[in-house]
Amino acid sequence: TGRSLMPRSAGVQGRSRLPALPVSCRIGPSEGCYQLYPGHIPTSPLQKALLAAGSAFMALYDPYRHDMVAVLGETTGCLALPSLRDKMKHHPEGYRILQERPRIRLSTLDMSKLQGLPDGSLGREYVRFLEDNKVSPDTRMPPKFVDDEELAYVIQRYREVHDLMHTLLGMPTNMLGEVVVKWFEAVQTGLPMCVLGAAFGPVRLSARKLQVLATELIPWAIRSGRNANCILNIYYEQRWEQPVESLREEIGIFPPPAIRV
Amino acid sequence: GPAGTSPGISALGVKGCPRCAWIWALGLRRHILLPQEHFKVDCISFSCPFFAVYQVFESVAKKYDVMNDSMTLGIHRVWKDILMRKMNPSPGTLLLDVAGGTGDIAFRFINYVHSAQERQLQQKLKNHQNLSWQEISESYQEDKFKLLGDSQVVVCDINKEMLKVGKQKAQHLGYSEGLSWVLGNAEELPFDDNKFDVYTIAFGIRNVTRIDLALEEAYRVLKPGGRFLCLEFSHVSNPLLSRLYDLYSFQVIPVLGEVIAGDWKSYQYLVESIRRFPPQEELKAMIEDAGFLKVDYQNLNSGIVAIHSGFKL
Repeated sequence: TGRSLMPRSAGVQGRSRLPALPVSCRIGPSEGCYQLYPGHIPTSPLQKALLAAGSAFMALYDPYRHDMVAVLGETTGCLALPSLRDKMKHHPEGYRILQERPRIRLSTLDMSKLQGLPDGSLGREYVRFLEDNKVSPDTRMPPKFVDDEELAYVIQRYREVHDLMHTLLGMPTNMLGEVVVKWFEAVQTGLPMCVLGAAFGPVRLSARKLQVLATELIPWAIRSGRNANCILNIYYEQRWEQPVESLREEIGIFPPPAIRV
Repeated sequence: GPAGTSPGISALGVKGCPRCAWIWALGLRRHILLPQEHFKVDCISFSCPFFAVYQVFESVAKKYDVMNDSMTLGIHRVWKDILMRKMNPSPGTLLLDVAGGTGDIAFRFINYVHSAQERQLQQKLKNHQNLSWQEISESYQEDKFKLLGDSQVVVCDINKEMLKVGKQKAQHLGYSEGLSWVLGNAEELPFDDNKFDVYTIAFGIRNVTRIDLALEEAYRVLKPGGRFLCLEFSHVSNPLLSRLYDLYSFQVIPVLGEVIAGDWKSYQYLVESIRRFPPQEELKAMIEDAGFLKVDYQNLNSGIVAIHSGFKL
């Protein structure tokens, strides 16, 4: 199509600014020819539509295809992602995050230091969450189909912050906990993938769990989501020592209901 | 702690395992695993073996057949059937199927020869109608043990994973006799000269780096009188069909690769390699250069696929 896919925010200087790498122009019709970041796969509008439909179907058909959930998020986020980026830009802490592009992964986290922090602090509870649920921050998929390098970082940041959401909301990684976090994220980010996950996730739950979800957890998640500031505007890496309670209050997340999830 | 450490047991499956609960909700009761088949896998709180398999999911081999069906809407089966009918093997044929990892051609060959053998057997029995019951049942017993009639197929592939998938399929479908699996390179086959009656390469020659070497090897291992058969994507000359085919190839196939196999790049590569492959006449010339005679090709679906045939005379 000849559309320019160069990022619009060319004025922002960041340490991890990635040069646009040209890849061989394809013989096939209508695709952008330039790879904007490592892992970027330029796609035509038709391909994005097909990917959105296919990934939605596959994510429902095979719940273990987490990569399909990620692809769905990328291909349907064309309205929500720019709005998230703007929220970040207009907030001092968010703006700093966009500039400095911090990444949450095992190589950048000092695990022993976090474990040494007092109980109840963000860092200690985060590490406890990772250990209890046996998850690692490195399993997040890098974005492939986002056609803007800065928006690719925004979605990457959202994915990496997901585990911290679990910690702040006090939700484990079982089905019920994931659904609650999805409701919170849906209200916060407006990403269609979160909305779909929130709507379809409960389908697999037992009646008792559904009742708890509907009467206590979802209302709390929605109230917290609406009351809270944008979760992407917190520079978590600089707040490991802060107690979780105090961070919750600062952001505006209400205390979780006293239910065993 | 996380729910599901002691999963509830229902008459139909395991409540608490999201995968089995979902499968149950979809009505696929057959696929639910029993409680004892569930185990704890590290990164989620409860699981079943399907999750463990899924973790190895990335390898193309496991999704190869599914991808073929999806990309070609099942038509690849028809193409392979046509190849087999063109080959028309008689019992006693020795076939080498190169790059035939998952066994599609090999299984079709066995079926074809098997039914040809059965027809021969029935013909023989009809001619023996004046024999006693005992003599008839004895002759049936002897022939039963060589239902394949000394036909054999050797499946050769460069990729261990593909061979593994093929062997599993063979076991699952009940193919045991007359089938061997060999790891080998089409450009340098681990076989003696003048060994095989038929050499086939279905959707494999496109991936060979030196097509000319592969063709020379094919010539070498075939017996005099042997036949070379190549089934491969080729060039569409009809302009309208060509545009539609391009659109489908470049827009849909990589998406299918991503959704089904989690692998966009391999299928993008596949589509591009098809475009780079020599067209029908050029491939015919290359086959003739290797020494084959009576070389000809047959277009299927207006040239989307072509079967090239040649003889070592």
